[in-house]
Amino acid sequence: MKPVLPDEILLKVEKPARYIGGEINAVYKDPRDIDIRFAMCFPDLYEIGMSHLGIQIIYSMLNERPDVWCERVYSPWIDLHAIMKEKKIPLFALESQEPVSGFDFLGITLQYEMCYTNILQILDLSGIPMHAKDRTKDHPIVIGGGPCTYNPEPVAVFFDLFYIGEAETGYDALLDLYKEYKNKGFDRRKFLLEAGKLPGIYAPLFYETTYHADGTIAAFTPTEEGLGETIRKEICMDLTHAHYPTKQIVPFIRVTQDRAVLEIQRGCIRGCRFCQAGMIYRPLREKEEKELERIAEEILANTGNDEISLSSLSSSDYSKLPELIEFLIAHARENHVNISLPSLRIDAFSLDVMSKVQDVRKSSLTFAPEAGSQRLRNVINKGLTEDDILKGAAEAFKGGWTRVKLYFMLGLPTETEEDLKAIPELCNEIAKLYYELIPKEERKGRIQIVASSSFFVPKPFTPFQWAAMDRAEDFLKKADFVNHTMHAQLNQRSIKYNWHDAKVSILEGIMARGDRRLSDVIEAAYRHGALFDAWTETFSQEPWDKAFAETGIAGDFYVHRERDPEEILPWDFIDTGVTREFLLKEWENAKAGIVTRNCRDTCNGCGAAEFGGGICYAH
Amino acid sequence: MRIRIKFTKLGNVKFIGHLDLMRYFQKLMRRSGIPIAYSAGMSPHQIMSFALPLGIGDESIGEYADIELTGSVSSTDAIRSLSEHSAEGIEILSFKMLPDDAKNAMASVEAADYEISFRHMPENDFYEAFAKFMQQDSIIVMKRTKKSEREIDLRPLIFAWSIENKRIRLRLKCGSVDNTKPELVMEAFFASLGLPFDPFLLLIKRIDLFTEKDGTFISLDEIGADI
Repeated sequence: MKPVLPDEILLKVEKPARYIGGEINAVYKDPRDIDIRFAMCFPDLYEIGMSHLGIQIIYSMLNERPDVWCERVYSPWIDLHAIMKEKKIPLFALESQEPVSGFDFLGITLQYEMCYTNILQILDLSGIPMHAKDRTKDHPIVIGGGPCTYNPEPVAVFFDLFYIGEAETGYDALLDLYKEYKNKGFDRRKFLLEAGKLPGIYAPLFYETTYHADGTIAAFTPTEEGLGETIRKEICMDLTHAHYPTKQIVPFIRVTQDRAVLEIQRGCIRGCRFCQAGMIYRPLREKEEKELERIAEEILANTGNDEISLSSLSSSDYSKLPELIEFLIAHARENHVNISLPSLRIDAFSLDVMSKVQDVRKSSLTFAPEAGSQRLRNVINKGLTEDDILKGAAEAFKGGWTRVKLYFMLGLPTETEEDLKAIPELCNEIAKLYYELIPKEERKGRIQIVASSSFFVPKPFTPFQWAAMDRAEDFLKKADFVNHTMHAQLNQRSIKYNWHDAKVSILEGIMARGDRRLSDVIEAAYRHGALFDAWTETFSQEPWDKAFAETGIAGDFYVHRERDPEEILPWDFIDTGVTREFLLKEWENAKAGIVTRNCRDTCNGCGAAEFGGGICYAH
Repeated sequence: MRIRIKFTKLGNVKFIGHLDLMRYFQKLMRRSGIPIAYSAGMSPHQIMSFALPLGIGDESIGEYADIELTGSVSSTDAIRSLSEHSAEGIEILSFKMLPDDAKNAMASVEAADYEISFRHMPENDFYEAFAKFMQQDSIIVMKRTKKSEREIDLRPLIFAWSIENKRIRLRLKCGSVDNTKPELVMEAFFASLGLPFDPFLLLIKRIDLFTEKDGTFISLDEIGADI
């Protein structure tokens, strides 16, 4: 397809290949044979969006339907954004290069809170009214999906519909309903109302929130007959036979994850109390190993990728991992394919595997203790002990590894100065272990330890959804303290410490647990120029400060107070299967430092067994 | 066995840079099942080299890559399979075995033919002025590189020129020494007319690449033979 942007624009902007489509495995159809045009958008840069498995799944799944053509849309980078605004060029989909405004659906995935202003950019450049209530029958149905829809309220007014849960199960019913309405003279309001009655679909126009004088929610109720008071997430219980894209699109330019992706399981047995993914994707469901072998071969043949990566929240917990890896190594050797194994626990098995698939000298070991002290690790239910870390590190040092990465969080509930001090001490112990274990003559320079900390952001549907978040200045004080203590360690010259900016974390916290009133803030921030807030080089606090001041909304309300268990939370109307009672019990366990065992060891009665499958029935 | 592949870069793929094009070909080899050889060592890579990078935005009907094979495949089958797995605009024109003594494409390239047309029609006497410009014995320009700035004479680096259908055709010196880009020639021409130069005005299409043999230029495509 000829690009809609003329050469004079494409040759002026950074990486024009972001906007031309035509990649290997991109799907082209004749619009005359199509009933439903679907624009699937990842509201961030092409290189980020193209690295996302979820979009590839939905793209391929929707295009299986002969009556649907699903195309892709990404955020134009700031250079092109300025040109499109100035020249009034409407946003277009990559494949047909046609304006998004003419599509039947605009699907937007919400992967992180800091992309919210990018959603408004997409609507703005497309010429679609930002507020769902202002749209007419001529505008696309704007539907949201992805992890942030587990609290859609801060962006609810911008969407006609949200799809809560996994896409594999419910899209057919929605598209069939749409086709029925389109054929009988489209009535937008009636369609949205009917769609809102489908499983997993939330139609925010027909729900109303009232508030107490103190700003907390008094009630959240549907305004129309027949709509559910709660929306239960959609879940795909038979992952093995679910649609999986083996013709993944191969970008022309290098993207963030430039490799074939093999999803091995969904959900996680671990129950870390800060982790939203570990709760909302319950229960753990594995894909059959033999099927994964077939899929892996097919993807590699169809894409020509020279690397394949396993995707899951915790690959070490996949029960047939040794068999799968053995197959991949044999296949990879024959075909000169690299294997990338993220999210592996460091132990004898994983080190053996890693030494087979990567260059030990170049690769680094990654540990995510999240907290420095065992006490705090018990609070967050991170089942990784100092002993695990030191044993793993010792094995690795003997195997030749000399680089270690450690990830921590600052500002976790109940955290004390002792817990903070434990971070540098743990780093020092690891360095010490190296110097004790490896004789001087065998060392190739110093061990390199890189410790990074992020600031803890409480998320909906986790036991910490009631927790107070630290203030920006507290975060920075803590980071400063850790940094200072790091320098006081005996092996400080072997350790490097990095920490994030606190301001973005606070904003992320506000959005994560916010309510509908925040939509005004997001809109005002966008009008003041906030865009690509997830990018350090483009993030600016100023538009956000202006937006909060202008709307008179206090961000503090959403983050810095501990919430009462009685309070109605903005996301309470969503049913993830995991009960509020379970989360509350876990919040109490956290405060008492009581560890909860993983789902493979025992069932803790979280509620996900309701779905009738997965790990819940493996005992 | 060494193979020379000739291909085009037309249409949308003109926006793909050289490094990305190399990555594209690596994946194309795998998708097409071409038995390409890999280097030894900890991180093996395909044995493949390209003749001469093409600028982003320029098109070509004469690009070359050399590869090494571990097994045999006929030219017809290879072209069919590569074409089947290639993107629009990157068409595989030939797949030929190189003689043992042939230098690789990058080392042997000595000249390139370009066809230059203009996005906006220049004034009528433009082409006559160009003919006059080319009749000079020397064309002195400043050549700027990252490190230095030096004076060079462009005229001996322009091996041939012609004007056909309002298009300028140039055969320019290229390779590791005195590599000459068509923009440089056009910039000097605009300067001679006292006109401001905007490289965007040019539409550049590379026609073919040549090596020198016994004092004549022959296409890189003519070095090998079908298998």
